[in-house]
Amino acid sequence: MKQKFIMATALTLALAFAAMAQVAETSGEPVTESAAPDTAVVLSVAPPGEVIAQDTPNDAGSSVTIKWQRSADDVNGVPGFGGYNILRGTSPDGPFEVIGEATSGGDEGDQVYKTYLDNNAADGVSYYYAVESRLGDLASRTVTQSPVTSSQQWFNFNLINMLIATVFLITAILYYINSAKSGKKLYIRKIAGLEAVDEAVGRATEMGRKIFFIPGTSDMDNVQTIAGLTILARVAKLTAEYEARIDVPVSRSLVMVTAREVVKEAYLNAGRPDSYSDDMVYYLTDDQFGYAAGIDGLVVRQKPATIFYQGSFYAESLILAETGNSIGAIQIAGTAQPSQLPFFVASCDYTLIGEELFAASAYLSHEPKQLGSLKGQDLGKAVIMAALIIGFIIQVLGIFNFASLFSVAGG
Amino acid sequence: MKREIPLLIAGIVGTVLVIQYFIPHVPFGTLNDVFSDWFTVIQATAIWLGVLNLVKVAGDKVYKRQKDWQYSLIIIVCFLGITIIGFFFSGGRRFLDSGTAFTWLYDNVYNPLVSMMFALLAFFVASASYRAFRARNKEATILLVAAFLVMLGRVPLGDVLTNWLPNWLHMSNVASWIMNVPNMAGQRAIMIGIALGTVSTSLRMILGIERSYLGGE
Repeated sequence: MKQKFIMATALTLALAFAAMAQVAETSGEPVTESAAPDTAVVLSVAPPGEVIAQDTPNDAGSSVTIKWQRSADDVNGVPGFGGYNILRGTSPDGPFEVIGEATSGGDEGDQVYKTYLDNNAADGVSYYYAVESRLGDLASRTVTQSPVTSSQQWFNFNLINMLIATVFLITAILYYINSAKSGKKLYIRKIAGLEAVDEAVGRATEMGRKIFFIPGTSDMDNVQTIAGLTILARVAKLTAEYEARIDVPVSRSLVMVTAREVVKEAYLNAGRPDSYSDDMVYYLTDDQFGYAAGIDGLVVRQKPATIFYQGSFYAESLILAETGNSIGAIQIAGTAQPSQLPFFVASCDYTLIGEELFAASAYLSHEPKQLGSLKGQDLGKAVIMAALIIGFIIQVLGIFNFASLFSVAGG
Repeated sequence: MKREIPLLIAGIVGTVLVIQYFIPHVPFGTLNDVFSDWFTVIQATAIWLGVLNLVKVAGDKVYKRQKDWQYSLIIIVCFLGITIIGFFFSGGRRFLDSGTAFTWLYDNVYNPLVSMMFALLAFFVASASYRAFRARNKEATILLVAAFLVMLGRVPLGDVLTNWLPNWLHMSNVASWIMNVPNMAGQRAIMIGIALGTVSTSLRMILGIERSYLGGE
């Protein structure tokens, strides 16, 4: 009798357990896959709490963000807790396939939740996600309540502050360009390095020596190289007018082609197309230090009277500038690489610091439209200065986190 | 037309690249990569222009026995030597595989030469510092003092000498403060100027106001 009672009780419990498991799986409740019923010690792992899956915002699609409340065993630091499996399926009842794993512990800044990014979701397909906590061979799973579909977004709202800043700056520049076109006089401060261009070319002419123009080690996709070539246009024109000789050793083939076009046009504009030769612009090597060695050799042997370094430079800047300095050449440098500026300042006679390199074209051409763009740039600078002062006061007073207005989320 | 078409291409590509920054949706989201790939293809193709130019200029010098023609001869010999070895003496393997003659030359000739050039920087830094740190005027004197404190703070001796002072006056802390506060403020000011200058220059190119890089005025 006693034996029958025990068997009936066991059967009832087993059926009740199976029914509960079925209900739990279909309703998104946790499912516990425990050890065999005859095991003396009850083994189980706490499932993750609520699992939320959503289309990753502000992205180009193919991504779903899965966030879940950490398992109680993870939170309590149960020994042997092995992290989480992330599973994906197209039906809440499965089948699910494992698409990734996540370690134990919470997100940075939010220890309650853990986040995983599924970057291989197909756009337009409805997925259900399950998160499984692991403890040895045990696993316990929670499934999302509703399906999620990834899609591409038409605007990245994380960049809204960047958009406002860009629109403001572009509007300011366009406004001042239009003002300049209507004949309004614009003041531009003297830039010593650019004022010295005429003197430097004149000096080389008087000494009967060459002028070297080094456009840096970056290619045409770097705006500094382009800014450098705008200065080359002016230097080459002066060289043509003074009948001096210019050499432009380059480290990129595309820069060579562009620089040739620039120099050729400058000689044409100066009325001396016959003095131009393709050999004025020549290629040395793409290799950074090979290029530096090549130029150093040329400088030491040919002893140019003037050397221009205009463009993007890296560790070779000081090697070049110190060699030029050692032969007594007048050197005018310009770069927007903050780390190389001190080297140029120490070794060259004049240095265009950062924005001065970009202002050179407008400064040298005196074209109103170009000068107008500088004025717009200055307005941008004024706004940034005002923001710095206001931001400093707000931050110090602790009113709100002013700096967050300028940060790019996810960037 | 020779100038209008490049200006148009620059304008369109520039505008599209600005727009794509804010729009992740296809086709905008992938355009940056597409243009980068195109640039890489053009860049790789154009390398031949440079190589041919190098051989032509050096060859001319040697042929005409111009001044210092011996250096040009070294360029030609090295260029042809490394090319022939890479193509024909790799023993049936890829020329970049380990154990090939090309790799041996790369590891034992090219790399030491590059390291030697880089090592020259140490001497050039010393000579440039000597000039820059001379106390000729007020600014140079401030630079000299700041540099002295930073250099002292970067070696153990700095802290040994200032151990008896309050913690914030320990030389390593003084050096860190100089680097993180006045130096960083100056660097950021320069970087803000650079960012604005880049936007302004890019806009001038997109609008076709800036044409010097195409050989125009």
